[in-house]
Amino acid sequence: MTGRALGPHVLDLDLAAEVDRICGWMVDTVANRLKRRGVIIAMSGGIDSSVCAALAVRAFGAGKVYGILLPERDSSHKSADRGALVGDHLGVTYETFDIAPALAAIGCYRERDEAIRRVFPAYGEGWKCKLAIAGGAQGGINFFKIVVQSPDGATEEKRLALKEYLQVVAATNYKQRIRKTVEYYHADRLNYAVIGTPNRLEYDQGFFVKNGDGSADIKPIAHLYKTQVYAMARHLGLPDEVCNAAPTTDTFSLAQGQDEFYFALPYHQMDLALWAHNHGVPVGDVAAGLGLTEDQARFIYADIDAKRRTTWYLHARPQLLEPVGEIHP
Amino acid sequence: MQDFKTPLRSFIQDNFLMGATGTTFGDADSFMARRIIDSTGFLELVMFLEETWGVTVQDDEMVPENLDSLDALQGYLARKLA
Repeated sequence: MTGRALGPHVLDLDLAAEVDRICGWMVDTVANRLKRRGVIIAMSGGIDSSVCAALAVRAFGAGKVYGILLPERDSSHKSADRGALVGDHLGVTYETFDIAPALAAIGCYRERDEAIRRVFPAYGEGWKCKLAIAGGAQGGINFFKIVVQSPDGATEEKRLALKEYLQVVAATNYKQRIRKTVEYYHADRLNYAVIGTPNRLEYDQGFFVKNGDGSADIKPIAHLYKTQVYAMARHLGLPDEVCNAAPTTDTFSLAQGQDEFYFALPYHQMDLALWAHNHGVPVGDVAAGLGLTEDQARFIYADIDAKRRTTWYLHARPQLLEPVGEIHP
Repeated sequence: MQDFKTPLRSFIQDNFLMGATGTTFGDADSFMARRIIDSTGFLELVMFLEETWGVTVQDDEMVPENLDSLDALQGYLARKLA
């Protein structure tokens, strides 16, 4: 790498210009291409949805933005509180819809817990759980461990075998898919478009549920690294509680950072590794910039490639035998 | 030495390629690089190893050097069952 070493400066952005660019694109896309009259935003209280909500208010005005808070049994009260805080701060109309009864009725919790009990037979009422990724950051093959905590606070973890892994993921994916169902109910009711809120790290690495949080009409920050999203949150004047919140999945009952669940490194390092990979930065320079060994940097590059391969399917549109030219010229 | 490659090749062809034409792979080819097996697929492969040969694949054995080609699998199983 020539010039300055790899560091956070590579993600510096003219935030005012970028806000204008995104807002102009949002209005043009929603009004002229999608022909919708406003936007729906599910506000998790996290940095990404909060920034998207703020951008939407800048673009359309608060009266054209409808917020939804979608808590369930395992999501944090802090997240819901922050979501409401953002709604109030932005002056948008929002409502809370508890999706726990729907998830219970469809079997989300039951199916998940049944799979976990095949690994930890004592798992049940009063226990907590989460998934944690392992392997890729150490040069291995990615796999997931289930971590459980008994009511007395003792934790245990085990690698999930194929059937249990797939069932836990399938069951918890109900959460994102039910949320999206509610979002599209309101989108249909109001003739609005649905905003998807992935940042570049999530979009690139496939950190979303197909037809769940991956489903949307516009994704206004999918090109921005997470570090840039945090910077934009501060630029947009979002509350400190949002700007300083650590990214979590808010999907499992045990506290869980996104890096622990899915990414090989904390987001500020993962952003730089992804940027470096995208710009052809040699492994040695990545190692120096991130304080890693060259082997670790090599493993991170390999892990980025592996996740792109594994999650290509999530991005794929329904496959057709041949193009239908009248619809997709 | 026991031949593990033949049943493994059959498993990979039946389970992952499902008779699709156009994908062939040599004994040394990386399943990941050839996009034949992804991380979920490796869990399937591990289940096949454990059910077929009664081995237990440890967490620290989930590495490409053991699992990511027919040659690697042949060596890994030979060591496990020695």
